[in-house]
Amino acid sequence: MTDALARIEHAAVSMLVALGVALIGVPLLLTLYLSVFDEKLILFPPHAYTLDWYNQIPATFGAPIWTSLRLGVTATIGSLLLGVPAGIGLSRHRFRGKGVISTLLLAPITVPGIALGLAVYIVMVAVDTNAGSALTGSLAGLVLAHVMITTPWVVRLCLASLATHDRAAEEAAASLGALPLLVIWRVTMPAMRPGIIAGGLFAFVVSFENLELALFLSSPGVTTLPVAVLQYLEYHIDPLVAAVAVAQTIGIAILLLLLDRFVRLGRAVQ
Amino acid sequence: MMVAPEASSLSLRNLVRRFGAHAAVDDVSLEVTPGELVVLLGPSGCGKTTTLRLIAGFLAPDEGDIRLDGSSIIALPPHKRDMGIVFQSYALFPHLNVARNIAFGLEMRRAGTRATNARVQEMLRLVRLEAFSQRLPRQLSGGQQQRVALARALAIHPRVLLLDEPLSNLDAALRQDMAREIRLLQQARGITTIMVTHDQTEAMALADRLVLLHDGKVQQIGPPEALHLRPENPFVARFIGGSNIVRGRIDAGTQLGLSDGSSVALAAAYQQNGEATLAVRPDSIRLGAPDQTGRRVEGSVELCTWLGATVEHVVRLSPGVAILARGPGLGPDAAPRHKAGTRVTLHWSADDEFVFDASDRPVPAYTPHFSPTRETNHV
Repeated sequence: MTDALARIEHAAVSMLVALGVALIGVPLLLTLYLSVFDEKLILFPPHAYTLDWYNQIPATFGAPIWTSLRLGVTATIGSLLLGVPAGIGLSRHRFRGKGVISTLLLAPITVPGIALGLAVYIVMVAVDTNAGSALTGSLAGLVLAHVMITTPWVVRLCLASLATHDRAAEEAAASLGALPLLVIWRVTMPAMRPGIIAGGLFAFVVSFENLELALFLSSPGVTTLPVAVLQYLEYHIDPLVAAVAVAQTIGIAILLLLLDRFVRLGRAVQ
Repeated sequence: MMVAPEASSLSLRNLVRRFGAHAAVDDVSLEVTPGELVVLLGPSGCGKTTTLRLIAGFLAPDEGDIRLDGSSIIALPPHKRDMGIVFQSYALFPHLNVARNIAFGLEMRRAGTRATNARVQEMLRLVRLEAFSQRLPRQLSGGQQQRVALARALAIHPRVLLLDEPLSNLDAALRQDMAREIRLLQQARGITTIMVTHDQTEAMALADRLVLLHDGKVQQIGPPEALHLRPENPFVARFIGGSNIVRGRIDAGTQLGLSDGSSVALAAAYQQNGEATLAVRPDSIRLGAPDQTGRRVEGSVELCTWLGATVEHVVRLSPGVAILARGPGLGPDAAPRHKAGTRVTLHWSADDEFVFDASDRPVPAYTPHFSPTRETNHV
């Protein structure tokens, strides 16, 4: 009886795993398949295959990709500059308003992207009308908004990497003559390395694939890749978008694999 | 004890540190002479670690002063205090190898590459880890990590060495070796040292002087023998040697009357009558069959436990009082074992008996040498 139960349980687990893999894998494989159709419209079955769509990516999406890359890198650097010290401060010190700051830093993860995008747009327009600045629709404006949604990831991962860190190591460094900033640089930061790297990676990916904020904040000169893809899809249904998706997936996968060699990301994300 | 010419003196004066309304350290004063090893001993929560953290500068005292070679260091941050600290968790830097861990303090002092390397080599030799200089801390055993922590603390020529429960993470066999090693190193270097522990055996083995703390207050300061032979209050008697504590009233100078109406005959006579506490160590008590000589403390055996080297009896004197007695378990002097339910007499000498008054101060025995009571009662 228990044997039969165990077998059923085993079969159920296997089926769920297979289902999960299929849910993730099938769309990816279909996209990959689609991206090599030699058709102007998506017809099935295709009469020929081609890699030409990949050649066309730079011409059509070169500028948005460049914008998204610059945006992603800047937002990542910005969120690291904010998030790493915030993570150290939140894990190391007790101070008034710690709870509020902690909530504010992590809140953007929980607010729906569209609501956030609209709110940021309204605020930026208000700031621009009152201060005479030109944030709305500029790359700087986008960077600011992206730093807001990427910082929580950095803070969270930094906090996680410090949770198991022995505070006494910092006291030991101090007793050996290290000034407070040197303690952070020589002892705390090395201990946070997996968290910092994973946090930066998450920040970049979150920024790179973000659509909701960019929908409100991009302008003709400053268009990110997700927005460009959306706009393209309004007028064309051809395999180019599939090629872009595959290229993006492969790019991020390579990034993940490379980073995983240096830090055990699995551990940092727990 | 060899005292290094540069060894420092350390003085704690009326230190108070509160956490909320609770005083974790309550008016602690202590003078540590150059080259001395003082052990802060006490149960957990007694304030010993807080005291150590005050000395290291990780905490600021609410009141009182700390003086190093006569000058106050209260205002100095930890990195300017020149104290070598060995933490309970060792707190080695996990991303640096052994040599770089030891070199850390020297790099902070900008000692120069050549001087640093020479000092690191010297320290590695001192703790016999030359072969391990390139290992990371996680590749070392607990005892090896402990020695690296010690080498790292000593490398900077600290004015005071602070040891926070340095042996508690080691297994029993290694602990004794390490205790000896620490003592030898400390004596060879003649370095002023303060160590914190809750383990009285460890404390006895290492200390020049013991400071017994309880509830943030100093209970007694002195060489280990003094705390053993002349406890100043029932807590000291209880903590050092695990004395049996019996509370009652002294009546007629030689009897301790208990609240349940029975009484215990004392080994000596005491002039002071009234509320009193008796303390007798388990090791001082001999059990015998009932006899007819003068003083008699009698009870029935509740439990007999043979532990190899020792044999322990729990003897109930009265409904409210049970006494632990411990004797040798092996060899020609082995104490006889008594079955549960056996009636036995308990014997101890006047020297092994400590009596304290209502305010827990020791009460001296009354002219015991001329007391006829004592002559007949002494076993």
